[in-house]
Amino acid sequence: MRYLPHTDEDIAAMLGVVRCADLDGLFAALPADCRVNGELRLPAALTEWELDDHMDRLAGAMAVSPEYLIFLGAGSYDHRIPAVVSSLLARSEFVTSYTPYQPELLQGTLQGLYEYQTLAARLLGMEVATASHYDGAAALAEALLMAVRITKKKRVALSRAINPHYRQVVRTYFAPTGYELIEIPLLATGLTDLARLESAGELAAVALQSPNFFGCIEDFREAAERAHAGGALLVATFTEALAYGLLKNPGSQGADIAAGDGQSLGIPRSFGGPALGMLASRKQYMRNLPGRLVGQTKDRAGKRGFVLTLATREQHIRREKATSNICSNNSLCALTAAMYLASLGGTGIRELAALNHDKAEYLKKALTDAGCVIPFSAPTFNEFVVTAPGGFDARYRRLIEKKIVAGLPLGPYYPELAGHSLLCVTETASRENMDALAREVKS
Amino acid sequence: MKKIEEIHLPDELRYSPDHEWVRMESTVARVGLTDYAQDQLGDIVYAELPSVGIRVEQGAVFATVESVKSVSECIMPLAGEITAVNAFLADDPAILNRSPYGEGWMVLVKPDDPAAGERLLTAERYRAQLKGEG
Amino acid sequence: MTESMVQSTLTLDEPLLWERGKKGRCGFSLPARDVPESPLPVALTGDKPDFPDLSEIEVVRHYTRLSTWNYGVDTGFYPLGSCTMKYNPKTNERQAALKGFAAAHPLLPAALSQGALRLMFALERDLAEITGLDAVTLQPAAGAQGELTGMLIIHAWHRSRGKQRTRILIPDTAHGTNPASAALCGYTPVPVPSNERGIIASGAVEGLMDDKTAGIMITNPNTLGLFEENIREIARIVHERGGLVYGDGANMNAVMGVVKPGVIGVDILHLNLHKTFSTPHGGGGPGAGPVAVRKELARFLPIPRVSETGGTYELRDDYPDSVGRVLSFHGHFGVLARAYAYIRSMGPDGLARASRLAVLNANYIRERLKGTLHLAYDRPCMHECVFSDRNQQASGISTLDMAKRLMDYGYHPPTIYFPLIVHGAIMIEPTETETKEELDRFIEAFETIVREAQDNPQLLRDAPHVCKVKRLDETEAARNPCLTG
Repeated sequence: MRYLPHTDEDIAAMLGVVRCADLDGLFAALPADCRVNGELRLPAALTEWELDDHMDRLAGAMAVSPEYLIFLGAGSYDHRIPAVVSSLLARSEFVTSYTPYQPELLQGTLQGLYEYQTLAARLLGMEVATASHYDGAAALAEALLMAVRITKKKRVALSRAINPHYRQVVRTYFAPTGYELIEIPLLATGLTDLARLESAGELAAVALQSPNFFGCIEDFREAAERAHAGGALLVATFTEALAYGLLKNPGSQGADIAAGDGQSLGIPRSFGGPALGMLASRKQYMRNLPGRLVGQTKDRAGKRGFVLTLATREQHIRREKATSNICSNNSLCALTAAMYLASLGGTGIRELAALNHDKAEYLKKALTDAGCVIPFSAPTFNEFVVTAPGGFDARYRRLIEKKIVAGLPLGPYYPELAGHSLLCVTETASRENMDALAREVKS
Repeated sequence: MKKIEEIHLPDELRYSPDHEWVRMESTVARVGLTDYAQDQLGDIVYAELPSVGIRVEQGAVFATVESVKSVSECIMPLAGEITAVNAFLADDPAILNRSPYGEGWMVLVKPDDPAAGERLLTAERYRAQLKGEG
Repeated sequence: MTESMVQSTLTLDEPLLWERGKKGRCGFSLPARDVPESPLPVALTGDKPDFPDLSEIEVVRHYTRLSTWNYGVDTGFYPLGSCTMKYNPKTNERQAALKGFAAAHPLLPAALSQGALRLMFALERDLAEITGLDAVTLQPAAGAQGELTGMLIIHAWHRSRGKQRTRILIPDTAHGTNPASAALCGYTPVPVPSNERGIIASGAVEGLMDDKTAGIMITNPNTLGLFEENIREIARIVHERGGLVYGDGANMNAVMGVVKPGVIGVDILHLNLHKTFSTPHGGGGPGAGPVAVRKELARFLPIPRVSETGGTYELRDDYPDSVGRVLSFHGHFGVLARAYAYIRSMGPDGLARASRLAVLNANYIRERLKGTLHLAYDRPCMHECVFSDRNQQASGISTLDMAKRLMDYGYHPPTIYFPLIVHGAIMIEPTETETKEELDRFIEAFETIVREAQDNPQLLRDAPHVCKVKRLDETEAARNPCLTG
């Protein structure tokens, strides 16, 4: 097997040095009742070529464009990934390296992550960002636990318009803690009913997503004012990071912590993972942040360099008193996002975000002309909810047969929105494809 | 790291087995880390101090001190109320290394029992303890 | 004296991204606009993010240069104990990048995602077979998240039996994520001391296991590279007193096809796909931390779960006792696809052989270096061995100094200062993918460094000499953090 370089001579020589008769002898000290007899019952090894065929067949049994027209977002977005990004990510010095605990050997990763932290902080309008987390949902859960640590209060309010999976992950993380989660309901506009916060009582944090799960653009500023008036922090969450190329970013609107997902920034959807958890906060909360942080410093010769820092927050030092149990981050995904943003630039990201917005507006209009109803009046970015007289589900099923995935039926997630679908448009949706969808919906 | 004989231990102070020093100043006790503690910790990068006004029992953790690679808990040598904390430590935690008995004081405590300080170790007894440990 | 493999080569410096570029440049091919403009209300529009504008070539040179400052497994030997830095097969990259996988949306109807679901189902079966357990979740994004999932399952199991427990036993050799994960679930970690042989005696567990203790977290082999020989008795005691045994499977590379944790008393086990199963570390992630459980605990596994009926696969969330969800979608599928490709490539014989050769390589290093470095526990090890800096203390040389000097010889240092119970620990895990020649060169280099520690210790204290930077001021970085530019 080509990954196992030992020849019989190698093995014999090495067994001689360790004074063992054979390879099994290496395990002689293990109690007999701990050892298994017989082989692992797994399929026999494939050659590289058999593996290629096998995986081609599996990958072939998946619906992707252009065979399918897929207008689906809901936390995972289709954006163009430049060849530059894929090419640079193939550099094995980035891919096959370890966490930079020995910084002298890993300045590539460290500078790359420092640049990512800076770009992430600027995108979100925040003062400091971590070097990434698993995904937006885990980042949100960590952000809320962080808010509880900071304020020492044990209740958190979550908007009902936050991605349902994100809210599930938060509930899972909170389950053993005894902290309370309350839900802020929706308005008919598709936005969160922030006025309800007045009667919410003492809170550690208010969590609000914008654009929200329905694509509607929420008012972070109003949420921040209400949260702060009650001594709570505003935790701004997001699933579509590209939106902040156009929309007002959370930091500029008073968010204390921003926690969401950057998968849109050059990372393929890959059936849901890996993604890119982004977490950023005000500088005053820096030492409460969970996860890895890269800092700038100097070496003994006075040269600029980068290191992992503030490690005393982390599990390998503080163990049970750590800010979290996190060990790994999604480092390569963070680097991907930095490369993507570096390619796009400040000018490029505005144009791309505007194009995304305008394409979604085009489809909204085309579908309205085709007889659909847009129930939510709030302005949206990339995603929007549609329904139709008699509900959208029958149209959805018919469209699937025509190889068009018309969004995400919302009934399973929001019983009050049965018969509605959440559609997504990015720069990958051409006008012809959108016209085709509208045509099929009408007929 | 210093040898035990090199550790500076002013005679007029009292010492706890957990490596804090105490100076009785009329009605309050001034508390800090000993030269041994700062030497063991290495470069101190951050100190987290309690809030003014809280009560701390003897033997409880009243502060944490961090070096790059470790965190140490500071154990209160005598029970009482915290009446002041050293605000300079926030911007310049290195004071704890440079001047552990002077500018590097950590908290002022109003002790429940004003005589509690006397019952702590003298410099001689503390040094003997360090030798036993070392 | 060993000749270092290190050459001086042309390595270029490179400033920060925003120190490059010029306003108006763009490295991205913006898609053509085929719809009319539809401006967002001004009140909702933000300022443009303050990003540099770079041309494509500037982006390429920037990251190409950064990559030349990095050392990866593809560069050389990476003997980090506890990390299993084995070779990352390139065919796995090809498989994960297949369009059907890379471009797949996770919420497609099941009928449109049979390929991915089938891969996940098969991988679950493979991991169940390897671990000797019954049901698997592939959702946790990393080992630490797998541990959290395991703790949540333990918590849910005790709740289902009507009584919550507050403590959990954790050996003093445990990885820091163990007590941290336990604390996230509200458990107080109770340390269990290892004995003079470096393992846990059943008597130690006997004395600590009570009806307030939820169970034990145990790594086997442990972080000293030693097999916890008393595991069956330990598991018996814990089970008898109403607790569960959580296995930290980070060291699974030592025992594939040799030991099945499920058979020796483990109820819940997490695996690290980025360790044992060859997926790349990526400079710190992404990894994956699947969790395998005994069938009685399957009902607590996170949702959704993959199920199969008559050759058709779907995701189901009708498991009312599930602990919930730990990730927004199904797991790090890109990582799962690589691990699956690895297991298919190795087959049962390949995996079993990999473990045997990993243990052979570690014992070879142990035997050959034990005259040079102080061996913490002088007996056969499993896939990793632990030395200390005791022999070098007289010269005033520490483990850190030796580690930095190894870089000058072209090696990434082993894991240092872990586990905590060995002073100045040096944990070496070679893995099975290293040739004998590579190990011999490493051993010689270490022997040379130990001689240098005697004859010319300043060489070590000033090391590394050949990297992009000299030793960095970590104190300043922590005192005055500068986290953004």
